[in-house]
Amino acid sequence: MRRVAIIGAAQTRFEARKASLAYNELVYGVVRELLDRTGISMREIESMVTASQDAYDGKTISGMAINEVVGAYLKSEAKVAADGLQALLYGVARILSGEFDLTLVVAHCKESEGQSSAITSLMFDPFVQRPLGLDELTAAALQARCYCRKRRITSEDMALVAVKAHRQALKNPYAQRAGEFTVEDVLASPLLADPIHELEAAPRSDGACALLLASEERARRLVDRPVCIAGIGNCTDAYWTERDLAEARALQEAARRAYTMAGISDPAREIDVVEISARYAHEELMAIEALGLHASPVELIARDRASFITPSGGPLCGNPPTVSGLVRAVEAYWQLSGEAGARQVEGARVALAHGAGGICGQNQTVVILRRE
Amino acid sequence: MSEESPTLRVDFLLDTEYQYAVGQYGTRFFTELRDHARFVGVQCLECGRVYVPPRPVCGICYRELQEWVEVGPGGTIVGWTVVRIPFIDPMTGEQRPVPYGFAIVRLDGASTSLYHFLDETDERKIRVGQRVCAVFREKREGSLRDVLHFRLLEE
Ligand SMILES: [Zn+2]
Repeated sequence: MRRVAIIGAAQTRFEARKASLAYNELVYGVVRELLDRTGISMREIESMVTASQDAYDGKTISGMAINEVVGAYLKSEAKVAADGLQALLYGVARILSGEFDLTLVVAHCKESEGQSSAITSLMFDPFVQRPLGLDELTAAALQARCYCRKRRITSEDMALVAVKAHRQALKNPYAQRAGEFTVEDVLASPLLADPIHELEAAPRSDGACALLLASEERARRLVDRPVCIAGIGNCTDAYWTERDLAEARALQEAARRAYTMAGISDPAREIDVVEISARYAHEELMAIEALGLHASPVELIARDRASFITPSGGPLCGNPPTVSGLVRAVEAYWQLSGEAGARQVEGARVALAHGAGGICGQNQTVVILRRE
Repeated sequence: MSEESPTLRVDFLLDTEYQYAVGQYGTRFFTELRDHARFVGVQCLECGRVYVPPRPVCGICYRELQEWVEVGPGGTIVGWTVVRIPFIDPMTGEQRPVPYGFAIVRLDGASTSLYHFLDETDERKIRVGQRVCAVFREKREGSLRDVLHFRLLEE
């Protein structure tokens, strides 16, 4: 079967408010950087998949407003109004179809322009949930309580995730928030919704990222040892009230599919670096478990053996929704292409990128990358 | 289930505020409107097209646009209509008085068009290809509303 490779990636610095850039300028900047890094001209790129959300952009058909800056003028473009890692999935499918070769995948979001709580509350049904003011944070807090109770996880355990993330982000020049915090610092940060503290939740963020996909044949003409997409899995769970929130079943299934496709039987041993999309600290623990990386994620982090997990710091250090999944693939790709700078995991050959969307991660995507 | 059985309805007001960053290109465009009552665009040095309103890149050549040029205030009608059904003006929340003329205007020197109001509501007096000129407000704030409307010019 035809295989798909990633031949380049770019991301913006993530910031609380990019006040000087309109969102088409934000997207243009990251696409321009991708072209400059790869030396590919826009003329050669055949198709585009973008990820953005009408509610964040404050306009419908948000993909059309960036048509020019993603080079989609008189080309085939499709928009995914979901996590950006799904845009990568569709980009891969476009190439596998044989219809297109070079395909650009771009995600953007400016959380600063709208009201996050009002926007995330639109995920909830208008009859029994939204009238109560439920938003992403409230739902995440309810899930954190379910998960912590089931796995006997303490506030200190959860705070460790935030400590690790912000420490790793010190090495990530694109991170919005980084620092050498202690468990006490995390627990002393404002309590947003019990048990989630400010440092345990993704900060409001603006930014964008982009990836360039190519068929394996095309990639081989450009690089000696291309980074190929070895496996992809996607899975959706029931609407959030119909499932056990303490279990990440959709993620387990997405991972199973990706591992099967990539021929991975022992993920903990075979995967060198993992980028998890955790917008809240407990989600990182849930993902480590669901991805089969360690049965006791707290132990892994507490023993300081988890530096291969989200070396970028992840969304806790600032990636907006929609972008957060795709930028995991950017980071995973850089780990394999040796462009990860100070956060490089030495000798990494197999990487995992995780993306999640919906209420309490209803929709999950796992991508396995492998460098020869 | 019978359609005749009474069912309930939930009314929900979606009322959320946005603070759109106008950006580098838009800021220059609106600042020129406000401070000098003039239109500016950016020219693609590859194909020569002049984009109004200005934008970062030529969609056709994918070349970054940095060459600023003045355009208008005269222009030509590309398409027009007279709106006769009232609607809520998104900027004021009030119903806009009808009828009013509306047009797509190609400003002199531009390759792309702007939308704006016309000072004419008699359909018999408006035609595609007709010359128009922008009428600016005395007091300008840096928005498209700094242009009151386009005035039809005598032939
Ligand atoms: Zn051009």
